[in-house]
Amino acid sequence: MVIDVRDVHFRVEQRAIFSGLNVQARRGRITAVMGPSGTGKTTLLRLITGQILASSGQVVVLGRDVAQASTAGIYALRKRMGMLFQNGALLTDLSVFENVAFPVREHTDLPEPLIRRLVLTKLQSVGLRGAADLMPTELSGGMGRRVALARAIVMDPEILIYDEPFVGLDPISLGVILRLIKQMNEALGITSVVVSHDVKELATIAHDSYLLSAGKVVASGSPQELARSDAEVVQQFMTGAADGPVKFHYPAPDYAQQLMSEAP
Amino acid sequence: MSQARDGFLLQGIRRMGAVMLFLFQLSAQSIPALGRPRLIVHQVYNAGARSLIIIMLSGLFVGMVLGLQGFDLLQRFGSEEALGTAAALGLLKELGPVVTALLFAGRAGTALTSEIGLMRATDQLTAMEVMAVDPLRFVAAPRFLGGVIAMPLLAAVFSLIGLFGAQLIGVQLMGVDKGAFWSQMQGSVELRDVTEGIVKSFVFGITCSLIAVHEGYNAEPTAAGVGLATTRTVVASSVLTLLLDYVLTAEFL
Repeated sequence: MVIDVRDVHFRVEQRAIFSGLNVQARRGRITAVMGPSGTGKTTLLRLITGQILASSGQVVVLGRDVAQASTAGIYALRKRMGMLFQNGALLTDLSVFENVAFPVREHTDLPEPLIRRLVLTKLQSVGLRGAADLMPTELSGGMGRRVALARAIVMDPEILIYDEPFVGLDPISLGVILRLIKQMNEALGITSVVVSHDVKELATIAHDSYLLSAGKVVASGSPQELARSDAEVVQQFMTGAADGPVKFHYPAPDYAQQLMSEAP
Repeated sequence: MSQARDGFLLQGIRRMGAVMLFLFQLSAQSIPALGRPRLIVHQVYNAGARSLIIIMLSGLFVGMVLGLQGFDLLQRFGSEEALGTAAALGLLKELGPVVTALLFAGRAGTALTSEIGLMRATDQLTAMEVMAVDPLRFVAAPRFLGGVIAMPLLAAVFSLIGLFGAQLIGVQLMGVDKGAFWSQMQGSVELRDVTEGIVKSFVFGITCSLIAVHEGYNAEPTAAGVGLATTRTVVASSVLTLLLDYVLTAEFL
């Protein structure tokens, strides 16, 4: 098991985000984490990367308990991971080439010609070798995410984490990202965790999937198994029904009563 | 009323503690950051060279006003020749460091805060953390050091241009004797006066850069949050500059 999230509880002030969460990612597989907005999918990624710590329970990544690791230990662990952010999070004052070269320059003493070759190889794998000299502001959303992907894989990580990689992409860019995730997994054997709510897209690439709701895993298995599930919450999510166990209305006082009452 | 006052006081102390803690962390990261002179030079350029025009223009006008007011005052006592001394002491000890710090807070300080705040809002700092790169070392420390180095240099330029402005008005316009203007200045200004100005501008450099970097680094990652942080940078830097100026002046007397 590369990532093992065991019985994790996490609270922000009084609000419980997770109450007994269990998620596992196996080596060399693509694990999808799905769920409605606000269920804490991104929080789960922050727990895995050690940016926040669980209130209770264990998060074990590559055999190390994240909560027990020192700052140096967390940094050593992060060197073995790559993460693709929802908005790319490219460093805006560096060119595409320098963005991809950034982790290499920070963590190695490789000579410049070798860095150049390494960066160009990674840019070639995402189809953007020709954009090496552009600045992040000159890239489209899809291109930015591909550059971020090249940066995430430049240190040859064992784990790749994708935070909502399909949001806001046109169908062509979405197809490209989808193909690249699959390709990274197959060609490099990288363990991938994809957080998203794009059910159809994930179903085509994920080996395992988890559906989160109300701070817990409500269903798990292959995407096909999830699609066949009878559970109401799973069906609502898979079919995109507006109302169901996940309510359309945010909790509020009685509608008629509120309309008739005086404004406070 | 008393509860509100206590709350305000407590908040102030907590805030000051957070800034001090940030200063310790920043100082610890500044040592490895010194090993990357290119990053620091780039920030000295950003905070210093890009502020030169506003500093030079302000220095010229402040010097010219000093020339006019100084001449008017000294003429009443028949000692207009002392204009050079008055202008030099006023600029080197007081106006140079203080006005430069206020302008620095408004120009470079706000730029630093909004830049770092936007980096926070667009996940760039988080991305660095996830790449196992400490943003304090890569982003905050070079900007802090850049500001600390730039401030005394800018204050020196301000004072020099200011002296030129005072000379322009006093000597060229009001007819003060050129030789008396410069020789009285040379005879009266001591090394400790220059040192006072340098120490002040160095302290203001640390203060303004620390506040700017701290506010940006801890800005709420929203448009309103970055705006608020930028405003706080100007207000806190300006007030602290004036407060510290009093303390340092009292110390040097």
